[in-house]
Amino acid sequence: MSPPVPSKILTDDVSLLMVLIDSNPHFWSSIKPHFSFSKFLSHVLAFLNSILLLNQLNQVVVIATGINSCGYVFDSSSGSVSQRAESLLPKLEEFAENDESLSERDDDSGNGVGSSLLSGSLSMALCYIQRVFRSGPLHPQPRIICLHGSPDGPGQYVAIMNSIFSAQRSMVPIDSCVIGIQHSAFLQQASYITGGVYLKPQQLDGLFQYLATVFATDLHSRNFLQLPKPVGVDFRASSIFGQAQTRDPSASQQRK
Amino acid sequence: MMNRDINGEGRKFNRGEEEEEEDEDEESGRGRDAWERTYADERSWESLQEDESGLLRPIDNKALHHAQYRRRLRTATTAGIQKGLIRYLYIVIDLSRAAGEMDYKPSRMVVVARQVEAFIREFFDQNPLSQIGLVTLKDGVAQCLTDLGGSPESHIKALMGKLECSGDSSLQNGLDLVHDLLNQIPSYGHREVLILYSALSTCDPGDIMETIQKCKSAKIRCSIIGLSAELYICKYLCQETGGLYSVALDEPHLKELVLEHAPPPPAIAEFAIANLIKMGFPQRAAEGVISICSCHKEAKFGGGYTCPRCKARVCELPTECRICGLTLVSSPHLARSYHHLFPITPFDDVSPSITNIPHKLPKSCFGCQQSLLNPGNLPGPWVACPKCKQHFCLDCDIYIHESLHNCPGCESFKQSNSVTNMEV
Repeated sequence: MSPPVPSKILTDDVSLLMVLIDSNPHFWSSIKPHFSFSKFLSHVLAFLNSILLLNQLNQVVVIATGINSCGYVFDSSSGSVSQRAESLLPKLEEFAENDESLSERDDDSGNGVGSSLLSGSLSMALCYIQRVFRSGPLHPQPRIICLHGSPDGPGQYVAIMNSIFSAQRSMVPIDSCVIGIQHSAFLQQASYITGGVYLKPQQLDGLFQYLATVFATDLHSRNFLQLPKPVGVDFRASSIFGQAQTRDPSASQQRK
Repeated sequence: MMNRDINGEGRKFNRGEEEEEEDEDEESGRGRDAWERTYADERSWESLQEDESGLLRPIDNKALHHAQYRRRLRTATTAGIQKGLIRYLYIVIDLSRAAGEMDYKPSRMVVVARQVEAFIREFFDQNPLSQIGLVTLKDGVAQCLTDLGGSPESHIKALMGKLECSGDSSLQNGLDLVHDLLNQIPSYGHREVLILYSALSTCDPGDIMETIQKCKSAKIRCSIIGLSAELYICKYLCQETGGLYSVALDEPHLKELVLEHAPPPPAIAEFAIANLIKMGFPQRAAEGVISICSCHKEAKFGGGYTCPRCKARVCELPTECRICGLTLVSSPHLARSYHHLFPITPFDDVSPSITNIPHKLPKSCFGCQQSLLNPGNLPGPWVACPKCKQHFCLDCDIYIHESLHNCPGCESFKQSNSVTNMEV
């Protein structure tokens, strides 16, 4: 990896930002008139470049969350010179084509917008963060931000909860920025349990401004800022057998 | 470098002092002590290496560490064995004269207290629905230090405040007390005792065999960790009740043995009957509402949770509602235990052999993108998931199985049948 850093440069506001981008084509086509994937990417790329500008040692890693697969598309620390975020575009295109080709011919795409594999990209992000922890006593502060819009897949409940608890133990906050109409119960729980920020921007045309004001600051500086607090967290129990979430949030019976 | 002759002569003069050291090992045929062997034979300084800037590189224990972890994984129970998730565990700590021994620094009692603190935190992390109580053995009697409860802080505070040792320890009194305390818990809970025993004897008022039979018929699983030597009565107790008996060799080993009891043990078939248990999932009370909480009996502002059955306010979860007795949890608490029910399969070792076509080998770990090739383009050891066939480095393997409990490869590829991996 990069050469060893003298300790006086690695101050406490250096961050490693893992960005999980939802590339579910069904979701993006469903919000077509209001917002599009290309407009979304232009906001996100500006945001990623600004993170890299905030501190020369900041690191950004992007993982794309598809409907059939997940993969790394950008790592700012790879290569000899720190790259600009635009270089993720060709890899993201390749990923999206590959992802779409993995869909079965006669699959149930008539069911509306399916869910994307958030649990997979969360697990990969956590493995990468563990690698950074192992690299020595001086390392940037890691955090994860999910730019997500697809509906929650109940089949992923157990895997997402496992990732959330592992992130909580490693003290890695999971921030969520939810695009679209519905709130995401999984991401609300994730941000609440790990101490991250959950936000559902009202005006998507100003997405860059939301990202830059709420999600750009490093963990140390967050102590001095007044960031959006959770209004109500949806803690409904989800059936572990992958069906819909339970309707009634009050007393329910549970098998031992 | 030590010469054998000089060694022998030096020892002739120092024979008197050396015989007083209990830790010296004198069984070697060549007449060397164990500490001398680490210099003359094992030459630990030669395993140090320097990196390109002249700084010392840490010793590469990775392969050793991984082998240890694999052994642990193999001995751990696999999926399909029923486990008790709602556990009521009493920790019995021996605070007799023997606990003041200083073979563990600063004393056995302090080391045990430290390990118990770490254990309590780990226990509640892995078993959020369970409860712990503390009992001490001192001056021949057993005293209950804290009642069964779900809050780690109160147990740890009580323990740290009471660290004095004196008198004898009585195993029978400890077992009698725990038996009476555990009789009151509901039948779906699993009753367990963990005894941390430092003494080499036990002073009992009656027949300990009777007490052991009483515990066995009450379905209490007793495990013991000894700090001095193996005792027959401890071994017998653990065998009869189905627990685990182990003796610690040093502090890291003690830590390992204690933490082994954190994950839920397998349930004994005829004792574990599946029941439906009623639990409440409270909503968070509205901010800005003033109400009297049922646990502290004082007026509190905002926050807290309301019991769905009787609408009483409680401060934290998980807990039992004091008014109607309903167990109150939130869904993440239950979800913490799911990985015990759905463990992931261990990964297979992949050995790079000559028959493997070089360009087909993956270059980097699927999880962390670390290169799987050692410097010099030689492939190092790695592992692969038997289900999704993705390759992972050894560190990711340990992290995935011990902490994350998800295979990133299996989660990143859509299953054709979404119910497949949920079948119990």
